[in-house]
Amino acid sequence: MNFNKELDARGLNCPLPILRTKKTLNEMGSGEVLKIIATDPGSVKDFAAFAKQTGNELLSSAEGGGEYTFLIKKK
Amino acid sequence: MDEKKLAIIATKGTLDWAYPPFILASTAAALGYETQIFFTFYGLQLVRKDTSGLKVSPLGNPGMPMKMPFGPKWFRDINWNMPNAIQSIVPGYESLATVLMKQTIKNNGVATIPELRDLCREADVKFIACQMTVELFGFEHSDFIDGLEYGGAATFFEFAGESDICLFI
Repeated sequence: MNFNKELDARGLNCPLPILRTKKTLNEMGSGEVLKIIATDPGSVKDFAAFAKQTGNELLSSAEGGGEYTFLIKKK
Repeated sequence: MDEKKLAIIATKGTLDWAYPPFILASTAAALGYETQIFFTFYGLQLVRKDTSGLKVSPLGNPGMPMKMPFGPKWFRDINWNMPNAIQSIVPGYESLATVLMKQTIKNNGVATIPELRDLCREADVKFIACQMTVELFGFEHSDFIDGLEYGGAATFFEFAGESDICLFI
């Protein structure tokens, strides 16, 4: 899937992946897609909760090889 | 939708208890909450310019695992909990525990307190220091980071009374 920007949040723990995501989304335009790669297992629920509360759409959430990949479309 | 509001009172002045207010405040701000932290009593330590005084104490703290942040896995898995009587007579025990805790924090990709505090400021979390305890403890305004506001209980309630979530930490 296409994305406009990528954020490497590997090795970071709660709440840093969410805070970096918010900061990166602030620099992006409406409708653009951000790809985030994280290693924090708690991020799966956290990104779903972040999307639900902020109105940014979580397009996909995938796991593989100890890494979690999320695609978020900016509101 | 109106912006939600979170009010936090931070009353603890140790390294471990410095985390909850800053983690919750920075995350709430990222979720779109208008957020304020009122620092009072020992919580004032969290807004000092110099945070090197923030320590963690295993003394009388049975919930704290004492594990080494280096070495092979079998070594890291050992729990070094010691009786309070022994901890209390070993000079520097608290400082050593703090050094080890900071290394563990780093190993786990957890942010430092100055880092989380900066993230809160960047996200416009408002910090208010309790003027009464500033005077009670003999602090000067110059001991604290810039941009703090100083006020009392009435100032806290002005915001807390309108808040959706209010936490005492």
